[in-house]
Amino acid sequence: MIQNYTDSILAVRGLKKYFPIKTGVLKKTTGFVRAVDDISFILRRGETLGVVGESGCGKSTVARCLMKLYDITEGAIYFNGKNIANFNDSKLLEYRMMVQMIFQDPYASLNPRMRVKDIIGEAIRVHGLSKNRSWKEDVKDLLNNVGLRESHMARYPHEFSGGQRQRIGIARALAMKPKLIIADEPVSALDVSIQAQIINLLDRLKADFGLSYLIIAHDLAVVEHISDRIIVMYLGNIMETASDKDLYNQPAHPYTRALLNAIPDVGKKQKGNRRMLIKGDVPSPINPPSGCCFHTRCPDMFSLCSREKPKMVEISKNHWVSCLKYKR
Amino acid sequence: MSSETIMTVPHVNQKKPSSLFNILRKMWDLKLGMMGGVIIVGMLICAVGAHLIAPFDPYEQDIMERLLPPSFLEGGSAKHLLGTDSVGRDTLSRIIYGTRISLIVGISAVLIQVVIGVFLGLFAGYYGGKTDSAISFMVNVMMGFPFILLAMSLVAVIGPSLQNIIFALGITGWPVFTRVTRVETIKLKECEFVLCAKTLAFSTMRILLKHILPNILPSILVLGTVEIARAIIRESLLSFLGLGIQPPTPSWGMMLAEGRDYMLSEWWLAALPGFAIFLSALGINLLGDAIRDIVDPHMRKS
Repeated sequence: MIQNYTDSILAVRGLKKYFPIKTGVLKKTTGFVRAVDDISFILRRGETLGVVGESGCGKSTVARCLMKLYDITEGAIYFNGKNIANFNDSKLLEYRMMVQMIFQDPYASLNPRMRVKDIIGEAIRVHGLSKNRSWKEDVKDLLNNVGLRESHMARYPHEFSGGQRQRIGIARALAMKPKLIIADEPVSALDVSIQAQIINLLDRLKADFGLSYLIIAHDLAVVEHISDRIIVMYLGNIMETASDKDLYNQPAHPYTRALLNAIPDVGKKQKGNRRMLIKGDVPSPINPPSGCCFHTRCPDMFSLCSREKPKMVEISKNHWVSCLKYKR
Repeated sequence: MSSETIMTVPHVNQKKPSSLFNILRKMWDLKLGMMGGVIIVGMLICAVGAHLIAPFDPYEQDIMERLLPPSFLEGGSAKHLLGTDSVGRDTLSRIIYGTRISLIVGISAVLIQVVIGVFLGLFAGYYGGKTDSAISFMVNVMMGFPFILLAMSLVAVIGPSLQNIIFALGITGWPVFTRVTRVETIKLKECEFVLCAKTLAFSTMRILLKHILPNILPSILVLGTVEIARAIIRESLLSFLGLGIQPPTPSWGMMLAEGRDYMLSEWWLAALPGFAIFLSALGINLLGDAIRDIVDPHMRKS
C-alpha cells in the first residue's frame, strides 16, 4: 500500500510487536500477546494522522514502538527514509529531538516532585537547547504558547487541573523542538469541554511550529476535526484507512461503521433503522480469531471470513480496506 | 415530574459526620509528631551538650555511694537523680552520655544502609532481568542469615570499636532498603513520566536519580527513621552481649547488661537505660511518621 516515501516523515512497514507470556518456575515462553500484528502505514510531512480503535487494539503499543520505548518484534520503522532500528546513540538523540510524545494520562505523565519549570525546562537544560539566553526564557515562551502563565512556573503538577496538566505535557514535548508529535490519547482522560480546547490547541501549534501529528484515540469524534487521514485498528491490525471525509461519508469496513454508529449524537432523532452496534468484547490477542480477526463480531460475516485473512484493497483513491467483501 | 420528587429532597446535614473526628485526629497526629520532635531535639541536645548537661563525669566512680536508688524512690538522694551503678557512677550522666553513642551509631549505620540499599534497589528494579535476579538473591541470602550471627562474626573478626559497630550494622541492614526501593522502582519505571524521560533522551542515571529517586524518598525516609531506631536497639544488643561498645564507655545496651546482675534487687539499673532505648525509638518513629506527611507535596498545601 505504500508506493513512495519521498514525502513521508514516517513510514512503518510490517510492524509486529509480540509480548511473550512467561509461565512456570522456569519462565518458559508459552505464548505471545499479539499486540500489533503486521501493520504498515505512512505519515506525510505536515499531515495529521488519526489512529482509532477500541481499547486493547494495539494503538498505544504502536506509539511506544515508534518512540523506541519497546523493541519491535518484526518489521521496520523509517524516519525520513532511515530505519530507526539502526540508529546509534547520536542518531537516536537526534531522532528523539525530532519525534516527541504526548501521553495519555496527565496525572501520571508529570513527575509529581518537580516544578513546572523543571518539567518543561529539563530537556532544554540537559541538551543545551536554549540559544544565547536563559532556559527559563524558553520555558516562559512555551508556557505562553500552550496557554499557561509565567506565574505557573514554580508550581507543582498537583496544583493544576487535568487540562492544564495536559498543556504542560504538550509544552514539555515542544521543548525539544520536534517535527513530529505522537499523541497517545491526548484527551481521553479529560472532560469533554476541555477536550475541544486541547484539540484546538494542538491544531494551532501544528501551524505555528510546522508539526506533523500521529494522534491516537479510541473515539472517532475526537480525531474527526483534526485529522487529515484516519487509520482504524482492530486487534493489532489495520481495518481501514482513508481520508477524514471518505471515512465519515463512505465507511467501507463493518467495524468502521460500528465505530461511527457508536458516536453518541444528542438531540438528533434516529432516522430509519436502529443503530448498528457490535456486541461483545475484543477477542484475546493471545489467540486471535482465524481468518479475518473481526469475523467473530462482524454483522456482515460470511463463511469465507473465518478461513481467509483479508488483504488491503484500495476501493477508491487512498481509501484502503481490509475486508473480504471487497476482495478482487 | 411528579410532586414527590420535589417534596422528598431530604435535609442533608452539610457537616460530614466524621469532621470533628478528623480535626481531633489531625491535632492528635500533629501532637504525636511534635512529641517525637521534642524527644529527638532533647536527644540531640543531650548528645551535643552531654559534657555541659551531665551533672557528673560518667566515668567517675564513688564506691561509697554505689547502688543508690533514684531520688524518687525510697532511699534515693537528690544528688544522684537516677541513682548510681555498682561502682558508684551516676546513672543519669551515663544515660546522657549514652545518647551520643546511640545517635552516632544509629544515624551513621542507617546512612551506610541507605547508600548501599537504595542504589542496589534502583538498579535491580530498573534493569530487571539478570541484574534483578542477582541482587534479589543477595538480599534473600542476607535476610535469611540471622543478623546476630552475622554481626557477631563480623565484630569478632574486625574487633569491637565504635567504627566497626557502625560498619557491621550498616553492612548487615541494607537489604530492607533494597527491597523497598526495588518494588517502588518497578512500579515507577512503567509510569508515564519515566517513559517520557526516556523519550526526552535523558541518561539512565538522570532518570534514576532525578525522576525515580525523589518519588521513593518519602518511603526511604520513613523506613530510615524506623531503621535508626532499630540500629539503636541492635547496638544495645551487641553491647549487651559484650561485642559492642566496650566498657567503660557509657552505652545504653552495656548499662542494660551491667544492670542485669542486679535485676531482682536494684531493678532500675536495667530499667532506666531500657526506658531510654524505648523512648528514643518511639520518638524517632513518631517523627518519621510526621516527616512523611510533611515531605509529601500533596499534603503540603492542603
